[in-house]
Amino acid sequence: MADKVLMKGNEAIAEAALIAGCRHYFGYPITPQTEIAAYMAKRMPKIGGTFLQAESEIAAINMVYGVSSTGKRVMTSSASPGMSLKTEGLSYLAGADLPALVVNVQRGGPGLGGIQPSQSDYFHATKCGGHGDYHMIVLAPASVQEMADLTIKGFEMADQYRMTSMILADGTMGQMMEPVEIKNVETKTFEKPWATTGTEMKRPKNVVNSLYLEPSELEKMNIARFEKYKSIEENEVMYEEFMMDDAEIVLVAYGLSSRVSRNAIIAAREKGIKAGMIRPITLWPFPKAIINKRAEQAKAMISVELSMGQMMQDVQLAANGKCPVYLCNRVGGMIFAPEEVLAKIEEANAGGVK
Amino acid sequence: MIVFEKPKSLANVPLHYCPGCTHGIVHRLVAEAIDSLGIEGKTIGVAPVGCAVLAYNYFNCDMIEAAHGRAPAVATGVKRSLPENIVFTYQGDGDLASIGMAETVHAATRNENITVIFINNAIYGMTGGQMAPTSLPGQVTQTSPYGRDVNTVGYPIRVCEMLSQLEGPAYIERVAVNNVKNVKNAGRAIKKAFENQVNNKGFSLIEVISSCPTNWGKTPQAALAWVEEAMIPYYPLGVYKDKFKDEEGK
Repeated sequence: MADKVLMKGNEAIAEAALIAGCRHYFGYPITPQTEIAAYMAKRMPKIGGTFLQAESEIAAINMVYGVSSTGKRVMTSSASPGMSLKTEGLSYLAGADLPALVVNVQRGGPGLGGIQPSQSDYFHATKCGGHGDYHMIVLAPASVQEMADLTIKGFEMADQYRMTSMILADGTMGQMMEPVEIKNVETKTFEKPWATTGTEMKRPKNVVNSLYLEPSELEKMNIARFEKYKSIEENEVMYEEFMMDDAEIVLVAYGLSSRVSRNAIIAAREKGIKAGMIRPITLWPFPKAIINKRAEQAKAMISVELSMGQMMQDVQLAANGKCPVYLCNRVGGMIFAPEEVLAKIEEANAGGVK
Repeated sequence: MIVFEKPKSLANVPLHYCPGCTHGIVHRLVAEAIDSLGIEGKTIGVAPVGCAVLAYNYFNCDMIEAAHGRAPAVATGVKRSLPENIVFTYQGDGDLASIGMAETVHAATRNENITVIFINNAIYGMTGGQMAPTSLPGQVTQTSPYGRDVNTVGYPIRVCEMLSQLEGPAYIERVAVNNVKNVKNAGRAIKKAFENQVNNKGFSLIEVISSCPTNWGKTPQAALAWVEEAMIPYYPLGVYKDKFKDEEGK
């Protein structure tokens, strides 16, 4: 099936998860991602899958832990406040090297915050809010099509690397409708000899665990995990460049912010300003190398984000002093108009941002 | 003829439990139940956080270590994924009745077809003897040094009584392991809790009144006596819920 259908971003994630072979979904209602649960509640019983509304986000992520222990593809989704509750589970999934797909359709925070779109969980996702040293693969879709495509990719990467893949979307990406083509593709699958499925008295027992009371052993586990992370940083970085060949004012933006930035760049070009954009598709691993390379040709970089300069820190680290890095942001559920971004581009082009 | 041997489902490793602790007895009863039903190869256990955190080393079946209190949620995931397998959790009072109370109640009300072994020794053992949700009124612990004052910290929770009010669960029983008679009865109850799952009868929870000589500050014998004199009067033994009782009577 290759027909284009009109879908909400949240629904595209849900349908793509089914295509990827996910037959277990656990969630707890929270705006603005509830369409994912609603979609799963309708579809899962019809295809022999599990949809379960858990008693809390904490329970949901631990049900994910349980299914993942058995080696099957499993997911949960939530929005920012719910993600705080899932964070304990994210640390345990990392410590037990379990694959999972976790979707965060971000809304404004902190606290109960609001229900309008935001990107203020960037630190939570990319620096990992839970305890201990760990990372998650963080994928940032910028269209409904990417909501679907990155969901499938996320499941594959989670299995390949035995870790959590997070889809870091926002309320707009979740709610907006666009034509999307969800191909019924064969997804890559991976052997899971570590899974706890019952020994059948044919193999030694498997144990899924994150406890290592012997510190030298725990250190070894951490170092090995970071070797794995290193290879992901070397092999799995994804980004898109827009009008970058001659760009002097380089915007770095992901998700919804990248769509606004695109319009601002076109407007800037019409005014003769050589603007362009690097759009990270993976936020972890972060596209450091390309940002560092492009910083050489840049008069300035601007981190365009719906948060208080969270991603800007990574842009600064990547640019490593080769050019100034400015911030263009709105928060709390407010979204910049292209004109606001354009104004920032013009300021940067004129020699600095106030 | 062999009249006494180690259950096959129990791993051949030294247990880390303190002298006089009854975890060892309950581990054995669980292993005997698994052996007698011939389900070792398809059983998946979920260990808690607490003294039994290392239970994954002691059973020969596949094991999963859960976060504190989350074992019933993890077990829910495992059972939904592998409904033909046998899934049990083994949890203490802090794990099950304090931090994990929501997971416990909701797994019960959903009637998840799992087996829950609940060790109630009225104290947090692993962390060195703090007040538990099941510590008795007046009980002295590290965090109730003047005795549990019910006016400021509330009353102990009777888990079996509470859960038996739910429509969901299939089987709820409280047993003890302080003497031979009670141990034999506990073995019967634990086996029934696994059998229920094999027969798709649903959520079974066995609360086992246990002793913690180390953190109670008692000798093993005095601790067993305290189970009889103080614990059992507050936590009466017996079957609190059996959905299929009438069915079996026929």
